[in-house]
Amino acid sequence: MTLAANGQGHPGRSEESPPFVDFAHVWLAYNEELLANEQFAVEDIDLRIGAGEFIAIVGPSGCGKSTFMKLATGLRMPSKGTILIDGREVAGPLKITGMAFQSSSLLPWRTTLDNVLLPLEIVEPYRSTFRAKRDEYAEKAKKLLQSVGLGGYENKFPWELSGGMQQRASICRALIHEPKMLLLDEPFGALDAFTREELWCILRDLWTAQRFTVILVTHDLREAVFLADTVYVMSRGPGRMLVRREIELPRPRDLEVTYTKGFTDVVHELREHIGAIRKLLTSNTEDRKPTVEIAQ
Amino acid sequence: MTRRDKERYAPWALLVATLLLWELICRGFNVSEFIFPSPSRIATQLWEFRAVIAGHAWRTFWVTMVGFGISIVVGTLLGFLIGSSRTAYAAIYPLMTGFNALPKAAFVPILVVWFGIGVGPAVLTAFLISFFPITVNIATGLATIEPELEDVLRVLGAKRWDVLVKVGLPRSMPYFYGSLKVAITLAFVGTTVSEMTASNEGIGYLLMAAGSSMQMGLAFAGLVVVGAMAMGMYELFAVVEKRTTGWAHRGAHA
Repeated sequence: MTLAANGQGHPGRSEESPPFVDFAHVWLAYNEELLANEQFAVEDIDLRIGAGEFIAIVGPSGCGKSTFMKLATGLRMPSKGTILIDGREVAGPLKITGMAFQSSSLLPWRTTLDNVLLPLEIVEPYRSTFRAKRDEYAEKAKKLLQSVGLGGYENKFPWELSGGMQQRASICRALIHEPKMLLLDEPFGALDAFTREELWCILRDLWTAQRFTVILVTHDLREAVFLADTVYVMSRGPGRMLVRREIELPRPRDLEVTYTKGFTDVVHELREHIGAIRKLLTSNTEDRKPTVEIAQ
Repeated sequence: MTRRDKERYAPWALLVATLLLWELICRGFNVSEFIFPSPSRIATQLWEFRAVIAGHAWRTFWVTMVGFGISIVVGTLLGFLIGSSRTAYAAIYPLMTGFNALPKAAFVPILVVWFGIGVGPAVLTAFLISFFPITVNIATGLATIEPELEDVLRVLGAKRWDVLVKVGLPRSMPYFYGSLKVAITLAFVGTTVSEMTASNEGIGYLLMAAGSSMQMGLAFAGLVVVGAMAMGMYELFAVVEKRTTGWAHRGAHA
């Protein structure tokens, strides 16, 4: 099985300029033993993401989406293959990335503002100037919070905010150091449907304004199709990219678009790919030795 | 009466009820005060020997505080070590658990051989008996940092130290104060036990002396004083805990 381009003759936008993220046949086993047994968490990931592109990765749970995130942030080194990001081979944690997860993981003893400022206390060049320029940075954080509708909540504690608000603050924390790449691991998974759609729009607006590269990992096909330029479908056990699907819906996209036929057709199509993967897994017709679920 | 008032008065009401019942039993069954003195008898003895008791109580108090102070320092450092390194965790934890299972009273004669009768054994017993909960709680707080949050910070180039200081330590503060409340009561136990055999001063010594001269009222008065001191310190730490780590107790006054 190889990567099947599914666009109808549309060249990937990423191919026009040198890609920002370049995975060249990347394999990862979590430790030596698993490597020796050829049990990989992800296999032969080969993809390119253009600067400012918004991609989404969908797939059944346990398919190695989180592993992909670890590779893209330099928290894990590939066992085989190379990863280039922003023209350089990844050799360690990448400060040009920001991350947000399903749990907002805000620190309960810090106010929303101080939570958003946390990365600046750690990452250079902000770290060394943090004390001197704290007011300036706080101003910046306030503006960012305002842009996601959290103006006036700066001095509230996370537990005084609703789940959706916490998640917005978490995204602000990921963006405060102006990363070139934003990685989101099911960021809206724990929210109710209305809040989720609200946050889709907030993320869309942030991305439209700042044009960082986004890798969004999600279970939600509608979310992926609504937000992304390109959707990748991943299989599990081991994780592979099976399908690459460009989303040609015109931008700017409004929530209304999710009720159009063009939109639902794409969602259906992706749904079928996922269904096929699941069937494949359950019938176990694959000609490989039984794979072991690899803990993330 | 509101629920809050009820909560505030409940411990006092229970105390009064217990004392009344105790007094009634002693009088009703005519229990000899050499066997089991009544609360009123203990109170009069407490008043009669107030100067002596106060002297011994002060000694027990400061000895306990010194031992407790050492146990905060050592307990925190050990907890930090165990919580921040998996190897240290694996290496130290089993040994420490084994050590903690030993009865600390059994150390007193050994400590006497090393340090002689007096302050030394009492301080060390108080320390030995009370550092374990502090260590365990600090270590737990540090070792249970959310992996996602750690990833967020590590991507930014955070060193292990940054994560421990920015996240681990503040996070373990509620555990730390919780453990202080346990540790302080244990420290009083340690001091008193040690003073019973290895000191000529302190409430522990008073208990032995009063017991051997059949002054049961006085012995009980000594126990009451130790209990009261431990409760006082417990309350103190409870207040400090609420003031400094209110974010962890938000449910309590919501």
